[in-house]
Amino acid sequence: MATVFIPALLQGLTGGRSKLEVAGATVGEVVENLDRAWPGIADRLVEDGRLRTNISVAVDGEVSPMGLLEPVAAGSEVHFVAAISGG
Amino acid sequence: MSTQYSVIGTRPVRHDGADKVTGRAIYGADFQMAGLLHGVILRSPHAHARILSIDTSKAKAYPGVQAVVTADDFPEAPDKMVDLGEGETPLSHIRGNVLAKGKALYRGHAVAAVAAASLHDAEEAVKLIDVQYEVLPCALTAPDAMKDGAPILHESMRTKELGQKTDRVSNVAEHFRHVLGDIGAGFAEAEAVVEREFNTSTVHQGYIEPHAATALWNNDGRVLVWCSTQGSFVVRDATACVLDIPVSQVKVTPTEIGGGFGGKIPVYLEPVAAILSKQTGRPVKIVMTRRDVFEGTGPTPGCYMKVKIGARKDGTITAAQAYLAFEAGAYPGAMVGPAGMTVFAAYDIPNVTIDGYDVVVNKPSTAAYRAPGAPNAAFATETLIDELAEKLGMDPIDFRLKNAAKEGTRRADGPKFRKIGCVEVLQAMKAHPHYSAPLGGPNRGRGVAIGFWFNVGLQSSCTIAVNTDGHVNLVEGSTDIGGTRTSIAMQAAEVLGIPVEQVQPVVEDTDAVGYTAVTGGSRTTFATGWAAYEAAQDVVRQMKERAAKLWAIEPAAVQAERGVFSSNGHSITFKDLATKLATTGGPVVGRATVNPRGVGGSFAGCIADVEVDPETGKTTVLRFTSVQDAGRAIHPSYVEGQMQGGSVQGIGWALNEEYWMNPQGTMVNSSLLDYRMPTALDLPMIETKIVEVPNPGHPFGVRGVGEANIVPPLAGLANAIYHAIGVRMNRLPMNPPAILQALWDKK
Repeated sequence: MATVFIPALLQGLTGGRSKLEVAGATVGEVVENLDRAWPGIADRLVEDGRLRTNISVAVDGEVSPMGLLEPVAAGSEVHFVAAISGG
Repeated sequence: MSTQYSVIGTRPVRHDGADKVTGRAIYGADFQMAGLLHGVILRSPHAHARILSIDTSKAKAYPGVQAVVTADDFPEAPDKMVDLGEGETPLSHIRGNVLAKGKALYRGHAVAAVAAASLHDAEEAVKLIDVQYEVLPCALTAPDAMKDGAPILHESMRTKELGQKTDRVSNVAEHFRHVLGDIGAGFAEAEAVVEREFNTSTVHQGYIEPHAATALWNNDGRVLVWCSTQGSFVVRDATACVLDIPVSQVKVTPTEIGGGFGGKIPVYLEPVAAILSKQTGRPVKIVMTRRDVFEGTGPTPGCYMKVKIGARKDGTITAAQAYLAFEAGAYPGAMVGPAGMTVFAAYDIPNVTIDGYDVVVNKPSTAAYRAPGAPNAAFATETLIDELAEKLGMDPIDFRLKNAAKEGTRRADGPKFRKIGCVEVLQAMKAHPHYSAPLGGPNRGRGVAIGFWFNVGLQSSCTIAVNTDGHVNLVEGSTDIGGTRTSIAMQAAEVLGIPVEQVQPVVEDTDAVGYTAVTGGSRTTFATGWAAYEAAQDVVRQMKERAAKLWAIEPAAVQAERGVFSSNGHSITFKDLATKLATTGGPVVGRATVNPRGVGGSFAGCIADVEVDPETGKTTVLRFTSVQDAGRAIHPSYVEGQMQGGSVQGIGWALNEEYWMNPQGTMVNSSLLDYRMPTALDLPMIETKIVEVPNPGHPFGVRGVGEANIVPPLAGLANAIYHAIGVRMNRLPMNPPAILQALWDKK
């Protein structure tokens, strides 16, 4: 199981829970499983089969270039963060 | 310099140096070709206006005019998201910003364009375009645009909250929130609390070379573009989307670039030049004036911030709270997201709440500018940190060290830091002779501040071909802004074991090299350097195979070290082996593409000494030291150059620079005479101290150094001014009128 940190603005969908243990071998699977338990979350994070614009996923502190395809290990921390660009 | 490397850490002459110092380098405006037409853009004189009609007949009839275009000449492709390498933008926003349709959203918004045989004819003809406007009230700051009853820029826009579209018609494009711990409990525990409001002005990146682009819509249907850009593939993809043609139909050749700092990532001219070329059958060049650059391209946001920090008497920070409202300009994308992720990133704080608002206003659509969002945010945080240290009676660096982020510190946006150099930067500041040097005079003060920037990775490509004289040609796609040809070539040379002078780096067009994201985000030496490292490894592997053929042994038995291949008594140099390629299998070309992980964020700090004249309010920077964690400094001179450049831009942002807007939304200082950027005459030599905490995620430990250095100076100078004259500045720029006002208010 991975530990998924629920963004503050999504905690209304998880009964105020800020952290959840979720199964899944990839970020995509984690989001699917999260949505089964807490309907509506996938719609807030995913659009047209990929993470919404301006949202990135960080697994164990590393922002992934693979998005929903990023592998997730048991015990991993998963965060949904703002996409970063630079100058 | 580390003894383990031969090339990394040395200071060779840059490969493009001769062309640049002799004036032979070709920049965007220098580009010439047969039959070239000149384009000029007509811009809105109003900050917010409905476009009722555009009559181009008189302009079309002007002698020498070949074409006049408006937004109606662009194809009406359905809206979609366009990946611009660092992130996605709606096509409608790119297209709408390139040429306005329906409404002009800021003074300087492009409305129409003319192509003529001479620049003079184009300039005269563009004045004959008759645009009828219905002038609308404008909103120029985030707080004003957020008020009930504020003029609405986009009637269809609804505030989004992490993927949820609310029903609020508003100028607030997006609201986000980060929460860590229990903010109420954190402040209840605090024994000293500071809270202030801050405002910063819109400022421009101020690159010396204005935007310039030439386009030829060729007879074979391909669109050829030559332009000054931070990312040729971004220009290719955005231009193709606006023109509704496949990306493979566009070829972009990047010219040399005279600065960008994030401002030369968006497209402004290229699709317009292309559509003018399509109508005329001739190449069309458009070069911006400085006024065009100020009024028509993307500056960095002004903002309103309210920040509060609390600490125990022992100096432990217990809670921090931030409200950030950033001006996006005409279209969403104010860089408030990174501001929210960096505002408290330098500190290990258990209880944090951050609210951010991306607010559209009637100013040019903002673009990235070195560590976008972070300098604004650090101005607030680092000013309060200084104030809190004073309240607690602590040395400001010791206070920071006590709370500094380290490996494992959880940021307010969630993830934990990996290996970082925040503590090492602070220790280097404390140990620097500048920090303990006497100030020596009245009205003088010293301020310190630190800041963080993430840096990014993203895609890069590289090929390396071996010549028979032992030199290699390195082909890459990263526009060279700050010496990256050399910093990339050095990484290849280190692997190949040859002098960097034997590597010839070439920045190629979008047909000649694999996809490469922008030169931005401090990524080029990190990511394209990594691609060069991998391509060089590929060359070494193939060269080992050739040596093995010569000696009739297995390639695995061949060792390569510092440019010499050897095995069991055999030995041959890279150069000698290169002469034998034809007889051992033909040319050797190494290749690599990367989309790397392992990005290492960079911390920077500054020590600033100022003297403030209480009669005039003028601040003189007496001494300034920039300290930054480079991870590994590939070419220390270029690292120092980035630190000096970022510091100077930060000083200008702090003390002088601002878009001075009248109530109608017109920038009234749109020239470099009136928009006061610091020059060499205004500043002391910027001293530098490179800290090296190698990034374990990169083969050579590179972090990227282009941005973090601009984060500390705003607050560093505000703190120095406070210690000089006893007033806390909470508004940028801290120019003479602002200083005098603050002194009068104090009395």
